[in-house]
Amino acid sequence: MTTTSIRVVETPLVLYALRRADDALVLGHRLSEWCGHAPALEEDMALANIGLDLLGQARSLYSYAAEMEAAGHTEDDFAFHRDAPQYRNLLLAELPNGDFARTILRQFFYAAFADLYWRAMMASPDPTLAAIAAKSEKETAYHLRHSAEWVIRLGDGTEESHRRAADAVAYLWPYTGEMFEADAAERALVDAGTVLDPAGFRDAWDKTVSDILAEATLEKPAAGWMQQGGRSGRHSEHLGHLLAVMQSVPRAIPGATW
Amino acid sequence: MYTQALNARDDAPAIRPAEELEQEARFQARVDAEERIEANDWMPAAYRKTLVRQISQHAHSEIVGMLPEGNWITRAPSLRRKAALLAKVQDECGHGLYLYAAAETLGVTREELTEQLLSGRAKYSSIFNYPTLTWADMGAIGWLVDGAAIMNQIPLCRCSYGPYARAMIRVCKEESFHQRQGYEIMLTLCRGTPEQKAMAQEALNRWWWPCLMMFGPPDASSQHSDQSTRWKIKRFSNDELRQKFVDATVPQAEYLGLTLPDPDLRFVPDESGDASKGHWAYGEIDWAEFKQILAGNGPCNRDRLAARNKAHDEGAWVREAALAYAGKRRARQAA
Repeated sequence: MTTTSIRVVETPLVLYALRRADDALVLGHRLSEWCGHAPALEEDMALANIGLDLLGQARSLYSYAAEMEAAGHTEDDFAFHRDAPQYRNLLLAELPNGDFARTILRQFFYAAFADLYWRAMMASPDPTLAAIAAKSEKETAYHLRHSAEWVIRLGDGTEESHRRAADAVAYLWPYTGEMFEADAAERALVDAGTVLDPAGFRDAWDKTVSDILAEATLEKPAAGWMQQGGRSGRHSEHLGHLLAVMQSVPRAIPGATW
Repeated sequence: MYTQALNARDDAPAIRPAEELEQEARFQARVDAEERIEANDWMPAAYRKTLVRQISQHAHSEIVGMLPEGNWITRAPSLRRKAALLAKVQDECGHGLYLYAAAETLGVTREELTEQLLSGRAKYSSIFNYPTLTWADMGAIGWLVDGAAIMNQIPLCRCSYGPYARAMIRVCKEESFHQRQGYEIMLTLCRGTPEQKAMAQEALNRWWWPCLMMFGPPDASSQHSDQSTRWKIKRFSNDELRQKFVDATVPQAEYLGLTLPDPDLRFVPDESGDASKGHWAYGEIDWAEFKQILAGNGPCNRDRLAARNKAHDEGAWVREAALAYAGKRRARQAA
């Protein structure tokens, strides 16, 4: 059987760009699943909007990865012709939407990191990454505001919404630690001054999260065991299903233009 | 578009006071003079009722219309297509919100209208009760469904009711963008592999006739048109718009290298003597199918309503939480 999967030469910079691109694509894809099914039309609009922003970020980062790899791959090759173990996103991003509370908390935990991260990355000496960071930061600032406002409303809303929000916090918490991890490949870029060490954002993230959860009357979980593996391609069971759906059309007719 | 199901006749009272007749005459004079009627202006109750029905059907259609295309957002075959489709479906949601707001200026609430949709009492466009089966359907819908919508909606930009007319101006701009996008999907497929071209043809075969039905029943059996025309809500008859659509679409299909699924389609020159001028005559539309769809028996009627109801029911706790929180906040601020 022939395969339509590509092989990527993952230099540290290519790997770095793919990781961030995959975060954005997979999370954006999850949000797009809500379209037409959200609790209110305003949220159909908002979640689609955030999904579109993330999709845009993913495209910029894939294009940059393609340029750095210089192997003739395109953004669509990366998105549609890699298998799950080749995906480099955070586990957090691929977790199923669950109820609205879980979707919102997932977005909040991610945006609280991404907003800080991209704002700081605007100072990267790599002009492409700095430009992507500048665009992304404007978007994630809104994503953070939108999700944080909902965290507060859900946490401090009704008994049911509080319970659902608390369940979401408990479910998602073990997936938040991976955001702050950097392996040897990424550390090389950090040492070279090209990118920032994600661990450096832990305290600021912690403060944002603590403040919002407190306002939402939600308990912040104690530090505990953190899941990881997404960055190196060891995913949850969920990603394979997401990709099976997402990649089905281009994989059915290899070589076609869409 | 999206308002073809206007088939029930309003009951007009037999005897009306002279004062009301005078008001009505003044109203009609304003309409005749192409003035826009605004929310606070006097208007006949039947005019209001007709507009509420038409605008809300249109809004419902936008919202239900998110579902067939939403079905392919997660399977769009390139990132560019994915972004465009997501943005398009988001636009439709925006149109729905915008139109509900226009309907609210006539004294109904979005909640009432939503309840009418969810209970199955309100109509929405029959076209959204057909399934989207392949990626080519995203092209066919953009090209044909949005194309038909534009034919119907451009005249609505001059509708006598101001809030509706203004909403339609914005909606039409976005729809024409969607149509170009859909046509471009078809063009890409038709220039692609044999499988892709076959996919495009197959989608056209399925969507062509339902799109012709979108313009509503033939003029001979349309009950609302006369009054709506006098009120300048409707500017062209169903058959006139349908003909315009066919005439515009035939050359587009030809350019794609696709065949319209109508063996009776033929060019009929008009009496000008110029052989290039005339209209495309088309075959018999299956109005029995149309009636079945309106009666709730289309392939997707039940699924569409079930999906809207599910979103509404499962979102109830979220809306309640937002209300409860707003209440708490008000109470705290007052304290």
